[in-house]
Amino acid sequence: MSTTTNDTQRRGKAPAGERVADWMDGRLGIYGAAKKNLRKVFPDHWSFMLGEVCLYSFIIIILTGVYLTLFFHPSMAEITYEGPYVPMQGVRMSEAFASTLDISFEVRGGLLVRQIHHWAALIFIGGMMVHMMRVFFTGAFRKPREINWLFGFLLFVLGVFTGFTGYSLPDDLLSGTGIRFMQGVLLSIPVIGTYLSMFLFGGEFPGTDIIPRLYSIHILLLPGIMLGLVVAHLILVFYHKHTQFPGPGRTEKNVVGMPLLPVYVAKAGGFFFLVFGVIAFISAIATINPIWAIGPYRPDQVSTGAQPDWYLGFAEGLVRVMPGWEINLWGHTLVLGVFIPIVLFPLVLCAIGFYPFIESWVTGDKREHHLLDRPRNAPTRTAFGVAWVTVYLITLIGGGNDLWATHFHLSINAITWFVRIGFFVGPVIAFIVTRRICLGLQRRDRDKVLHGRETGIIKRLPHGEFIEVHEPLPQDQLHKLTAHEQPQPLEIGPEVDENGVRRKIKRSQKLRARLSKSYYGEGAYIPKATAEEYEEITSGHGHH
Amino acid sequence: MSTQDIPEEENLPAEQGAKDSGEVAVPADPFADPGVPPHELRIQDIDDKAARHSERVVATLFTVSMLATVGFIASFAALSVDKIIYVFPLGHVSALNFALGLCLAVALFSIGAGAVHWARTLMSDHEIVQERHPIEATPEARAQVFKDWQDGVADSSFGRRKLARNTLFGALALVPLSGIVLLRDLGPMPEDKLRHTKWAKGKRLMNQNTMQPLRPEDIPVGSLTFAMPEGMSEHDHDFQNQIAKAALMIVRIKPEDIKDKRSLDWSHHGIVAYSKICTHVGCPISLYEQQTHHVLCPCHQSTFDLADGGRVIFGPAGHALPQLEISVNAQGYLEAKGDFAEPVGPAFWERG
Repeated sequence: MSTTTNDTQRRGKAPAGERVADWMDGRLGIYGAAKKNLRKVFPDHWSFMLGEVCLYSFIIIILTGVYLTLFFHPSMAEITYEGPYVPMQGVRMSEAFASTLDISFEVRGGLLVRQIHHWAALIFIGGMMVHMMRVFFTGAFRKPREINWLFGFLLFVLGVFTGFTGYSLPDDLLSGTGIRFMQGVLLSIPVIGTYLSMFLFGGEFPGTDIIPRLYSIHILLLPGIMLGLVVAHLILVFYHKHTQFPGPGRTEKNVVGMPLLPVYVAKAGGFFFLVFGVIAFISAIATINPIWAIGPYRPDQVSTGAQPDWYLGFAEGLVRVMPGWEINLWGHTLVLGVFIPIVLFPLVLCAIGFYPFIESWVTGDKREHHLLDRPRNAPTRTAFGVAWVTVYLITLIGGGNDLWATHFHLSINAITWFVRIGFFVGPVIAFIVTRRICLGLQRRDRDKVLHGRETGIIKRLPHGEFIEVHEPLPQDQLHKLTAHEQPQPLEIGPEVDENGVRRKIKRSQKLRARLSKSYYGEGAYIPKATAEEYEEITSGHGHH
Repeated sequence: MSTQDIPEEENLPAEQGAKDSGEVAVPADPFADPGVPPHELRIQDIDDKAARHSERVVATLFTVSMLATVGFIASFAALSVDKIIYVFPLGHVSALNFALGLCLAVALFSIGAGAVHWARTLMSDHEIVQERHPIEATPEARAQVFKDWQDGVADSSFGRRKLARNTLFGALALVPLSGIVLLRDLGPMPEDKLRHTKWAKGKRLMNQNTMQPLRPEDIPVGSLTFAMPEGMSEHDHDFQNQIAKAALMIVRIKPEDIKDKRSLDWSHHGIVAYSKICTHVGCPISLYEQQTHHVLCPCHQSTFDLADGGRVIFGPAGHALPQLEISVNAQGYLEAKGDFAEPVGPAFWERG
């Protein structure tokens, strides 16, 4: 830190670093915050880096995005291209498209930055999705972290929209088709749809306003909100202290790991460079969104295999497999074929977004949770999560039904019906199967605790019998496999009170009790090994 | 962490402990938390040579990063922006993009790898245990906050001065209206803009590729031709808006194959003209299957039967493609008999 530490200075004054810190402390009170945080402990687990991937790709997107604004012209004024890219010379295009060509072919390094920006955006949204799954399946969203879950969920939703507005900006044939899709969706909204479309586009489609408007949404409005949310998200992570997996020495009341300074700073800081390096490498070798090969947008032209970026694929799937219902009544049209999927799209997202509140209501659990659940120990939650992922994946298949059909020589009709049926049946099957798997794993844990682990060593007994030697688990494993709780389901009490009078039980209470039973009732878990059972088996004739 | 879990499977205090506890009268919990496992030394903690080796690895990585940055600057200066090179297995790629990207990747990744290696091998790896503190305030603090709040509210006279309070609510409720009113000029009212296109009686059908008026003999059976109304040009200021509605596709079907009576009446010797804009969400339809007379929208696979009044036969579209009534004028060119009879493109609330 201090660079001016020769002997004469050292004797008279404190080192420069100290003096700067003192100066800051006198104005910002930094020592108070540093005292608590410099050696703050962060638990370590590979899955905790998923959130870091998101954070770092977000920073990379902002850095590269600022650079791109220096060269991009968000204008729909039509010009004739006369730049260096020969195949486009003489073609009519918007200034937005032409300036994107310039970034790709005239600005040195412009193509690299453009590709880093786009790749980082894909990794950002993919990272958020996987991070969200990690938090979901380990129950890290439970009290006190519900609000932070919502912040993260909002970041995911806003990230999707920022991605859409971003890839729309070059005004190429593919993204223009996406904007047309958005306009068709707006038109389907009952009563106000046509007005929304006229107002957003400044008149008829496509007009000359949409690119500049999406531009200010993409570079200012959405990232501004997201930056605020990211900061809030991080503050809460700091404030709550990170969750940790159960294990020896780890309790609800402590946090075990490495200190912020130096290990976490070095690892997390180094990880930023790793993420950036990998994204730069991908951008060096893999082209993304080659708008020069796609061409400028014209509302009467289209390319085959038109797809949104993957994260909107599930919304696309909902739209593609929906029957084309249209109701005409009293001189008005209700465009259900488009409107229903567009209502389902946020509902599917909200199903996972509001889940923490549903779970805490059902279970009635008001305690803080800092130890993570192993997914198998919360079968209903895990099954719900897998069911949600199933819906997501099935609709994603629907979103690429043409590609599935052409690449795997399938009938598009069959794929459509598969998705239609799978949308309803798939999550149910996934739910049941996942729960069974969880229970099976719980059973295995129980066996491991009581009978030890299989060593693979076959022993022949004196009387000729062959047995496999089981080795008792070490103490820390025993603790790890038995540390979780198995709460009782919520009781709503008897139907009648002690005088034989029917008690009033609200319908919501009955529902809650039933759901609670599905979480904690019979069949929802395998009773974990108890100390008595363990004693009985280990003190007896040995293990078998 | 995970590396520390593995060796402990070999070390078996649990078995011993369990057997012991089985013999005593009050059994201890066999699943009791054994506490944070003891710290295990790494080779770098014991062997100074290994530690120095680790340091050299870290320093090498950082040096590689410096060299890569020099390489980045050198590539930027030396390589031409339009130079294309062949790189196996990528194919022909921009030399500049490839060089800059690789140098940047190496420069960044080496810093990261160096830092992580430093942290893993040379920094202390003693696990630290810290206490968590409950988030909820103590009852005293809670009572104090409620009291402060009530004092503040009482001091403000917010509850007593109802006139002032209610007018404040009124003012705050009204003032955002200014902001909403300001949004009015974002766009015009819809009026009947979505109902009309550039097509009108007597407008000839211009081939979109050649910009020449079409004659019936230009359209052989089985072909798909795109047309726009006479008098439109790419250079018009509203060309994009107009072509978004007026785009037309023309096919010739044997008249006896046309199943729909009105469709036959609106055709000319089997030449039928349909809107090119899909009635689902407005993509241009571009795929024509000449044997079946089906057209397919590549966006969401809505399929329409042009031999049957543009009826939807598959996909999410909600209604048939609008047909344009055409005939041949005195000079022998195809012309429109009027505008489309119904709005083209996606359905909307006022469509009816």
